[in-house]
Order: sequence, then C-alpha cells, then structure tokens
Amino acid sequence: MRYVLRKIGLLLLTLWAAVTLNFFLPRMMPGSPTDAAIAKLAQNGPVSPATRAAIEAQLGVPTGNIGDQYVTYLGNVLTLDFGVSYTFFPQSVSELVLTALPWTLVMVGVVTIVAFVLGTLLGVLAAWKRGTFLDSLPTLTGTFTSAFPYFWTALLLLFFLGYVLQWFPTSGAYSARATPNLSLEFIADAAYHAVLPAVTILITSLGGWILGMRNTMINTLGDDYVTFAEANGLAPRAVALKYAARNAILPNLTGFGLALGGVVGGSLLVERVFNYPGVGYLLYNAVTNQDFPLMQALFLMITVSVLVANFIVDVLYGYLDPRTRR
Amino acid sequence: MTEKEATARDEAPQPTRPSPSGRQNPNDTVDGAGAAVQVAAPASPLTVLGRAAGTIWSVPKARVGLILLAVFLLAAVFAPLLAPYAPTDNTFGRAEGGSAAHPLGTTTAGEDVLSQLIYGSRVSVLVGFVAGFGATLIAVLLGMSWGYTRGFAADVINFFVNLFLVIPGLPLMIVLAAYLQGGGLAMIIFVVVITGWAWGARVLRSQTQSLRSRDFITAAQFSGESSFRIVFREILPNMTSLITGSFFGAATAAILAESGLSFLGLGNTAMVSWGSMLFWAQNSNAILTGQWVLLFAPGLCIALLATSLTLINFGVDGLSNPRLREGKGR
Repeated sequence: MRYVLRKIGLLLLTLWAAVTLNFFLPRMMPGSPTDAAIAKLAQNGPVSPATRAAIEAQLGVPTGNIGDQYVTYLGNVLTLDFGVSYTFFPQSVSELVLTALPWTLVMVGVVTIVAFVLGTLLGVLAAWKRGTFLDSLPTLTGTFTSAFPYFWTALLLLFFLGYVLQWFPTSGAYSARATPNLSLEFIADAAYHAVLPAVTILITSLGGWILGMRNTMINTLGDDYVTFAEANGLAPRAVALKYAARNAILPNLTGFGLALGGVVGGSLLVERVFNYPGVGYLLYNAVTNQDFPLMQALFLMITVSVLVANFIVDVLYGYLDPRTRR
Repeated sequence: MTEKEATARDEAPQPTRPSPSGRQNPNDTVDGAGAAVQVAAPASPLTVLGRAAGTIWSVPKARVGLILLAVFLLAAVFAPLLAPYAPTDNTFGRAEGGSAAHPLGTTTAGEDVLSQLIYGSRVSVLVGFVAGFGATLIAVLLGMSWGYTRGFAADVINFFVNLFLVIPGLPLMIVLAAYLQGGGLAMIIFVVVITGWAWGARVLRSQTQSLRSRDFITAAQFSGESSFRIVFREILPNMTSLITGSFFGAATAAILAESGLSFLGLGNTAMVSWGSMLFWAQNSNAILTGQWVLLFAPGLCIALLATSLTLINFGVDGLSNPRLREGKGR
C-alpha cells in the first residue's frame, strides 16, 4: 500500500509539472494567440486597437500578473475549462476534446494491447529458437518495419488497400450517413473504418516489442535458474514460458508504459493521413490554424493519458515484481 | 584516450589502486585492453577504435547497416555531383512517369524526383547526426552525473528525466514547432534534442550506478580525484559501447521525428527533404493521380536509413553484451 501511495504522490507531482510546463510554454515563446488572430483579420483590412481589445476579451486572454494567471489557470484545468476554440468558435475546447478522445482511446488502446501481446509472443519464440529461421524472420522483419515512418506506412496502406484494391474506407471513422450511437450496426461500421489506421500502427510498433522481448529473453535464458530447470528435465515449453518468459516480460512491461507515448505520437500522424477524427487529427487542425487554446488543451490531455497509463503499468509492475517495491 | 587512461593507471605507482584485471566485468573492452597492456607494448587509441569497429564489422547485420549508411552518406556529401538536376528546378513537364531523362518521373510541380531524393538525403543525414550528437551529449552529461550523485540532487534529476521520458515526444514537438514558426532546420534539431535525450540519460545512469561502487573508483576517490574527473575520465571510458548505442538510437529517433514534422508541414516546406517530399505528394493528391513513386521512394529512404542505424546498433550491442552476439545461443 505504501508503494501505491508513493506512486500516487509521484503521479500527482508529475501531473503538476506537466500542467505547469503547459502553462509556461506559450509564455516563453515568441508571438501571442491574439497576434495570430489579428494577423488573420488583418488580411481583410487594418485592425483598430478597439478590435484588438474586443478580440482579447472574447478569446478570454488572461490579464493580471503571472502569479494570478497561474492560479486562475490551475483552477481552469481542474474544472476542465480550457476556454473557447479559435477555429471552431464558439465551441468550447473541452467539448471538442471530449468528442475526439474516445476515437483515439479505443482505436489506439486496442491496437497497443494487440501489438504488445503479439510482439511479446513472437519475441519469446525468436529467443527460444535462436539462430533458426523462426528467429531471423520476425527479428529482421521487425527491425525493418519498426524503422518505417508511421505516416509512410499509412500512406502506402491507404494507396494500395484503400484506393487500388478498395477493400477499406479511405477516411473518417464512420460512414457519412451514420450518426454515432451504440448499436451493433454502428460499431461494426466504426470498426471497419478503424482497420487501416489500426493496421498501420500495428505494423510500425510490432517490431519494437519483438526485439525488446527477444533481447531480455536471451539474457534470462542464460541465467542459472533456467539451466537448472532444464537440467531437472522440465518440458522445454514449460521452461520457456514459466521460467524464462515470465521473468523476461517484466522489463518489457516498463517498456510498454514508455512506448505508449510513442504510439500516441504515431497515431497522430496516422490520424492525419486517414482524417480519423481523434485527438491527433484535432491537434493537427489546431496547429495549422494556430488555435492555441485547443492546442494546449490537447497536448495536456495526451500527456495526462500517457502519465496515467504509465502509473497503472508502474503499480502493476510492483505487484508482479516485489523487489521493485522496496 | 581510453587506452592511455588504462595504461597510465596501470603503470603509475599507485599501491592503493588494485589491478583491474579479473575484478571488472571480463567483457569490458578497457579492462581487456588494460590487461593486455601489462605484457605487450601500449596500443594507440586508434587500435582500440579499430578493434571496436572490427567487432561491429564481424556482426553480419551490422555490416549491412554500415554499408547502407555509407551509401546514404556518400549521396548526401556528393549530392550536387550525383543528382542530374537541381532539386528545386521546376521547368520540366508536370507529373511525368519514368523516362530516360527522369528515371523516377517528375513531381506535380515539375521537379525531378530522383534529384529531390538525392538532395533530400542531406537533411535526414544532417538532422540524424547533429540531433543524435546533441541528445547524446546531454544524456552523457546529465545521466552520468545523475548516476554518480546520491541524495536530493539525484532525486531532482530523477524527476526531470522521468518527466521528459513519459511526456509524449511528438505531440510536444508539434506544439513547440507551432510556436517557433519558421525556424527551419535549426528549430527542428533543437526540438528533437530537447525531446530525445531522456532515454539515453536513464540508460547511462544505471550503468554509472553499477560502476561507481567498483574498486577502481573507490581507489580514485581515496587518491583525492575530483568527482568530475572520476565521472568523465574514469567511468566514461568504460561506457563507450552504451554511449555509441544511445547515439544511434537518438539519431534514428531524430530522423523519424524530422520526417514526421516535415510531413505535417511544420518544417520548412520549401526545403527539399524526404519528409517534405511526402508532404507535397500528399498535398497534391499523388494518391489519386496514382504517382506511387512519390509516395513510395522518400518513405523507403527514411526507413532504410533508420534501419541501417538500428542494424549497426546490433553490432554495438554485441560489444557490451556478448550474449547478444550472433550465433546459436542454445
């Protein structure tokens, strides 16, 4: 319990640091959101100081000294009040983020788990059959595919499976005629639309799991207790899975937590290619339209999800390997 | 330098310092060399480098990687000689297929695809090496000081490294790039370095932690050497393979990150890079016009360059962990 409490403390501290980073980032950078909005207006003619003040008031540009701003900001974050979006004015940022979040969470979540399980199993197989075809095939393929840029894999699948063969829909998360609901029909439609983005992430992230698991597994296979188990005449399958893999999976689990950040980043590029309406695509839109409040809120949301996922992995790790609980 | 250090330590009359042979990890390159020095003539630093390179070269995967990397390096250096046209020369026919004059065809803006591909290697190679070097430098300075210090200072560094480790890199990169508009290549390198050092720092820290309690470090502490000297002159030479490994890792990440940012149009879109080629291909609907070369070639180059670095890393892994060397393990 003390272990969990300490981890919770650390999570809260990290969350605070991420929120603070998010607060200071725009203030350390050149240019301001108001300037960006005015630059947009200025294309149609000169902008008066009164307009500027009106824009600032409407966009909710913070006033007062930096300490007050920080306190207000913390309060806003706690109440999930991130202001209004510039691009989708007058929709609130929270509303936009909450609509986009489930798409990414479900799609990326499912793919990440599938990739982790599949990659780990292939890694175990590769290490166990070291030096054979069953080792070199997944290892070499994995090395190559993990170097594929996410967006390139996405473009290739889009081109060949989407346009040339027309097996899968090429953009969006559901058919244009459908409205999101929880009927089986809609879920099937959404799953069909998620195939290409999901396969892209699977192809590009699988290699990392294979290689990581193979390396730790090779190390545990050389350990004394594995040799001992083998000498005792245990079935090879039992030695591989119950002795070696069981211990080798622990470091890979930490890797799982850390790799989430990469997967989220990768899904952003994938969502852009497939116009998939998740957080990544929204962030892309926010960036290209200089929609700073939306951008900040999204970055915070992505960071918080990764932090919380890492926290869960950490706590789980503590239970699987009591040595880390010291 | 590694060799000289070892030699100096072995030959200097220092009774407090125990002979390193047999105490450290027998796979340690420095140690092995140090032990050899006692019987043979001192080897030059070049010999040590040569031996390390030989070990890497002996791993077939790493050999393929080195050859691939050499091809890309040559393309980047000699781009003006190799490319048939200037990369931004848009006086040719638009969206042409392959022909004798344009082996890979032309873009929708009328530029030669092959020339763009050759010139594009410059950006990726440059970003990979410069950002990889920058991130590794920070990782070495911070990770090793962190591994050597104990107490509150170590906890503070721990917190920061974990923060940067966990914060998703690409979204942070995109946000930073959006603020620092028009920074071009320097901006991208800066952002990649900022987001890319944490992993290396953590790896180097754990190795420093395990080395700091070794006998030769205790001996150095008793002989009154400064902490700075101990960390960077005594411990550092033992970690060459880890540092090389984290350099290649950071360089790979940098190449992928740069291409991702350019693809999103957040780099300098006027600059010819593999990422921006894909950006323009996507923008000009190359998918609809069926110009698959434009979609296929730049991405393949990125993937091959990144693969070459990963393959070299297999050889570097073999330096530090003999269990990972090629051959049948069981």
